Amino acid sequence: MYRYDEFDARFVRERVAQFRDQVGRRLNGSLTEDEFKPLRLKNGVYLQLHAYMLRIAVPYGTLSSRQLRQLALIGERYDRGYGHFTTRQNLQFNWPKLRDIPEILDLLADVEMHCIQTSGNCIRNVTADHFAGVAQDEIEDPRPTAELIRQWSSLHPEFSYLPRKFKIAVTGAEHDRAVIKAHDIGLRLRRHPDTNAVSYEVSVGGGLGRTPMIGKVVRDYLPKADLLAYLEAIMRVYNLEGRRDNKYKARVKILVHEIGVEEFTRRVEEEFARLDGPSVNADPAEVARIATYFTPPTYEVLPAVSRVLEATKATNPTFARWVEVNTVPHKAPGYAALTISLKPIGQAPGDATSEQMRLVADLAEQYSHDELRVTHAQNLVLPHVRQRDLFAIWQKLGEAGLASANVGMITDIISCPGLDYCALATARSIPIAQAIQHRFADAERQREIGELNIKISGCINACGHHHVGHIGILGLEKRGIESYQITLGGDATENAAIGEILGPGLAAEDVPDAIERIVNVYVEARQGNESFIDAVRRLGLGPFKAAFQEVAHAVA
Amino acid sequence: MAAAPKRPPLPAILLANDLLDGDVVFASVTAAGALAWTRDPTLALLAADDAAAARLEAYAVSEFAAQHVVDAYLVDVSIEAGGPVPRHYRERMKTLGPSNRPDLGKQAGDGIAAERRA
Ligand code: HEM
Ligand code: SF4
Repeated sequence: MYRYDEFDARFVRERVAQFRDQVGRRLNGSLTEDEFKPLRLKNGVYLQLHAYMLRIAVPYGTLSSRQLRQLALIGERYDRGYGHFTTRQNLQFNWPKLRDIPEILDLLADVEMHCIQTSGNCIRNVTADHFAGVAQDEIEDPRPTAELIRQWSSLHPEFSYLPRKFKIAVTGAEHDRAVIKAHDIGLRLRRHPDTNAVSYEVSVGGGLGRTPMIGKVVRDYLPKADLLAYLEAIMRVYNLEGRRDNKYKARVKILVHEIGVEEFTRRVEEEFARLDGPSVNADPAEVARIATYFTPPTYEVLPAVSRVLEATKATNPTFARWVEVNTVPHKAPGYAALTISLKPIGQAPGDATSEQMRLVADLAEQYSHDELRVTHAQNLVLPHVRQRDLFAIWQKLGEAGLASANVGMITDIISCPGLDYCALATARSIPIAQAIQHRFADAERQREIGELNIKISGCINACGHHHVGHIGILGLEKRGIESYQITLGGDATENAAIGEILGPGLAAEDVPDAIERIVNVYVEARQGNESFIDAVRRLGLGPFKAAFQEVAHAVA
Repeated sequence: MAAAPKRPPLPAILLANDLLDGDVVFASVTAAGALAWTRDPTLALLAADDAAAARLEAYAVSEFAAQHVVDAYLVDVSIEAGGPVPRHYRERMKTLGPSNRPDLGKQAGDGIAAERRA
């Protein structure tokens, strides 16, 4: 894993000291709220409905056991014994007191963590495929790229006051697990068909929020060495020409949309040609140094399939089902990448208690080379697990309520905090997720339905990715009550698509019925092994709309 | 602070977040008749007429300036057996806590129990 150098460590400590001083001056009255707010936001401190909230960066979703243990400790000592993992692979604490935050930041710095650039109009924490380095369909680990971008973008003087926030995601795999097309910039590592050289496909202008857009490809094969100069060119065009008159139109997606992708690309290429590439691009020695931190651990030489695992599966169908649903094949024979679902039926999606965090940290230390990942779907991953250890892990997870076999299933719901915590929310989202989970709790039924992603946001900002859910749910306010708009056909993968609205908004209690009707249409109409999203593509919205209308009419 | 928000229909209460702790506080009146903050929504002072609302608004401005609270604003309420209840569900959430965690927030007595003991 990447280790801070002395410069990084000193910088983070200085930042904590500055913030401690700023909090002190806020409390003694020498800073007003207007002066203080931008300072606290620069350190990840928001004010929510019931309390402050602290957003902690987990760069490209990679954590060590020691770091997760520290998060557990902070949760216990300064919060309410739990934290919330988010769609941006970060962790949020919901109850910190302002007076304690400098102390918390020091504890984070002890384990090389911080909250810098988790908020505000800067380049935010870079996200990546949670199976980075282990996925079989991967061309190259995306994390050295993400780390390079982190270093380049941290406190980049030119890009500290962008028109709006800026989010970058990277994947090195065929299958997009990092939702790169819904990011301001999405990077995909791929081989050039002629030269076989690893290069980047660069997409710009994706984003969710009130104007959802799918990113457009501006370069098919960017040579790896040119990455920073090309990013710099994109950022310059955006920084100069992005709108600052209206915050709803200030994202790069609006600029790309308003001037068109050809014109945007032309301006970027012009700027790129003008830039002195060698002075901007990273020194190859530094790139190589970063890459060494991501060299895979030394794996044991094992047979491709563990006989121990197969035998245990044969005698324990519940365990077998969990292995089938929650693990993916690993690059190394005899290993698996394991997803630990933070979606037990009826719990808030993405919440984990301090005890659960400690258990997962222990398991990562014992069984996964001390490493774990946070996924954008609000789950955790043990990336390097020997197949033969899966049974022991499963048993320990089960004791902590973490052995749900539902990854990618209808109950593996993404949900933002919504009105239970968020000051911007127009409706609650967690209780909707819980109600749907209860409706579909039966394991057999989930298996029959297969892969289906439900994503819920508590307002139009779309932090819960509802636009790209196979079924998306958006909580709004209608005449003084919570109302939920359902969309269908969104897709967060390489086939990225924005869902379409099915009909009028529903009351909270009618949402599970509506979801059930939509699912029933699929179950009756599917052909062979066709997945939900494939069936929606083949059938179009028509039959689903008809079923949805029945619910809408019944309650109208 | 931005321009004062429009006054809601009356009766109303004044709520805010405590600057230091971030939790929700309500303007109440002490035995001596002065305004003070409480964690307990049932003790919130009710403003039923314009003069009372104006007094709460002035308190919001001065307490914000004095670095005691942030995000102070009036909320319209209905009067129920247990005390004033915000009419809008968003503000009701602020007087309760997360609906999925009845063990947390004001609904669980956070801050209130300590205040009653004090
Ligand atoms: C204090 C709580 C939060 C605030 C104030 C907040 C604010 C916002 C706003 C204003 C937007 C819209 C941006 C735009 O359209 O330009 C947004 C988008 C987004 N937020 Fe949040 N958010 C919060 C919590 C979260 C959480 C908990 C997550 C992860 C679960 C998250 C992840 C995202 C994502 C993925 C998007 C959409 C992608 C994009 O277009 O930027 N946010 N957020
Ligand atoms: S989508 Fe809205 S309600 Fe949900 S976390 Fe984002 S800002 Fe809050």
